[in-house]
Formats: sequence, structure tokens, C-alpha cells
Amino acid sequence: MTVDHTVQVRINGEHRRVAQGISIAELVSELGLDPLRVAVERNLEVVPRSTLGDVKVEDGDDFEIVRFVGGG
Amino acid sequence: MNVQSPVGADSWTVAGRTFTSRLIVGTGKYKSLQENAAAVEASGAEIVTVAVRRVNISNPNEPMLTDFIDPKEITYLPNTAGCFTADDAIRTLRLAREAGGWNLVKLEVLGEAKTLYPDMRETLRATEVLVKEGFEPMVYCVDDPIAAKQLEEAGAVAIMPLGAPIGSGLGIQNRVTIRLIVEGAKVPVLVDAGVGTASDAAQAMELGCDGVLMNTAIAEAKDPVMMARAMKSAVEAGRLAYLAGRMQKRRYADPSSPLAGLI
Repeated sequence: MTVDHTVQVRINGEHRRVAQGISIAELVSELGLDPLRVAVERNLEVVPRSTLGDVKVEDGDDFEIVRFVGGG
Repeated sequence: MNVQSPVGADSWTVAGRTFTSRLIVGTGKYKSLQENAAAVEASGAEIVTVAVRRVNISNPNEPMLTDFIDPKEITYLPNTAGCFTADDAIRTLRLAREAGGWNLVKLEVLGEAKTLYPDMRETLRATEVLVKEGFEPMVYCVDDPIAAKQLEEAGAVAIMPLGAPIGSGLGIQNRVTIRLIVEGAKVPVLVDAGVGTASDAAQAMELGCDGVLMNTAIAEAKDPVMMARAMKSAVEAGRLAYLAGRMQKRRYADPSSPLAGLI
């Protein structure tokens, strides 16, 4: 956490600074993604979609955000 | 017996879900999502396999598979292709369940990149964990009747032995062992991998398999949509031939026309 009220997180391997105190749902929306079409893992634990709006982003969080793509 | 629509009357059930199409198609390797969707439609498949991958956070507006193939109409079967450990596969499917909201999944844990052969030790371990967590895994495996039994005992809802290495198109190389697995299994058996052309798919069905899963044979055909149609026909033809019961083979000729009344 810094004086500019941001926290540092990692999203899909990329470091990002995001506003302090936002929820995961807000984070996903800020990235331009539809929370209904992705799944989120936070620090190796799946975050149920129903709680994305309740869980706050913490400094140092490591997120994986995935979706379905073509595959065999 | 209704000779008008024997295929229509024929269906198969996996983990309580009933399907009429016995062809499952992958959604990888297509030139475009449009072509992919057209091939799925032509194949008549009711289930498609899909992969779980990171979203591109630099380009969140990339076209999505779900815009072209509607998960409400076609059952998405999340697959763990690309996972080389049980832990990676389990992690992937936990995310897939959250993304899709269903428990029916396809497990594959690969042993090495060169052959993409399944690692059965890890596959069995992953199956046990997934079943405990409420998943219904259809499991890609070697063509070993004993391994197939062990997977079934562990709770696999379908056994999916390879007919030849993934993406090889070599055709069904192991008819004897596939047949043994079919005879021993109480859950559906589907050939997964190895099909190269329509006759391979028919052959898998003639062995008594409940279905066939393929991707590359359609996606890498010169005309994928036409090949998808061919595969649909082949799976139906093979299934009918299996149900019809083929003639016995003979070592020598047997004339088709009567010998009596020859001039």
C-alpha cells in the first residue's frame, strides 16, 4: 500500500496497481471483463462468482482470471 | 423395430445426461471462430470440448468462443489439455466449474509432449480427488483394460482411451484393447484421439464404443465443415453397423447367387 491509495497485485502474471479497497468484481469490471463470463482464482483459491462483489482486493494478491477458449 | 429412424431412437447417457449425437468435437485449431461454429453445426455434435485459459487483460474485447457456440444449446465440456500434473488439472477444472457452473468435465493429464500419452498415475490420482469434490470426470486414458477398470472404480463417468496419439490422425491402432475395454466397462467408452478420417470414426463405433471424440481430423481437413458432415455420417454408420451385427468372416468365397437352377 502506498500514499496514493493504490495496492499492487498480479493479474495473469502481470503486475498492476489498482485502487485500494475495491472488490474483485470491481477489479474485473475495470479490466473491461464481464464477471459473468470469467472465473477468478485469488492466491490459488477459486473465488465463487457470488462473492466477487464482497471480497476486497488486498496488496500482494495474485489473481488468475480465465475463460473458455477453443480446445481439443 | 422402427426402421424409419433407428438412429433417432438411439441415445447414450453419461452421468445422467442423455445425448443423441455420439460425436463429440473439439474446438481447437480452427482458422476462425465462424468456421469452428459452422463445423460444430455440421457435425451435429451436442457436446464440444473447450479449454480454460487466461483472459488477455491487454485486450479484454477479444471475440469469445461463447459468442459463436452457445453454451445453452451445446454442452461445453471443459478439458484439461496441456496439464502435465494432477494438481494442474484439478486447479484448471475448479476454475472451469466456476466459469461454467457444471460438474461434467474431461480430465486429461499428459505424460510427455512428444506422444501426449496420458500419465495414468497422475490421471488416477486426479480422478479420485475430483470425484471427492463432486466432479463428474470423463477421463482420457491409455488403452489398458485394467487401467480403465481402476478409473471406473475411482468414479470416472466415462472412459476415453486413445485410438492413436492426439493429433496424429493415424486411425484406430488398437482395436483389440479398445474392444476389451468396451466389454469390461459399465460406463460409456469413447475413443478420444487418433481419428484421421471418416472410416476411423466408423471403425471406433463398430467396436461398440458409445461415442467418438475428435478435433484435428475435422479442424485440419481442407474443408472442415464438409469433414464434419462426413464424421457425423460415419459415426451414425458405424453405430448402425454395430447394432446390426456384422456377418461372420470366412476364409474363402461364398457365392451370393443361388447355385440351384444354373443353366
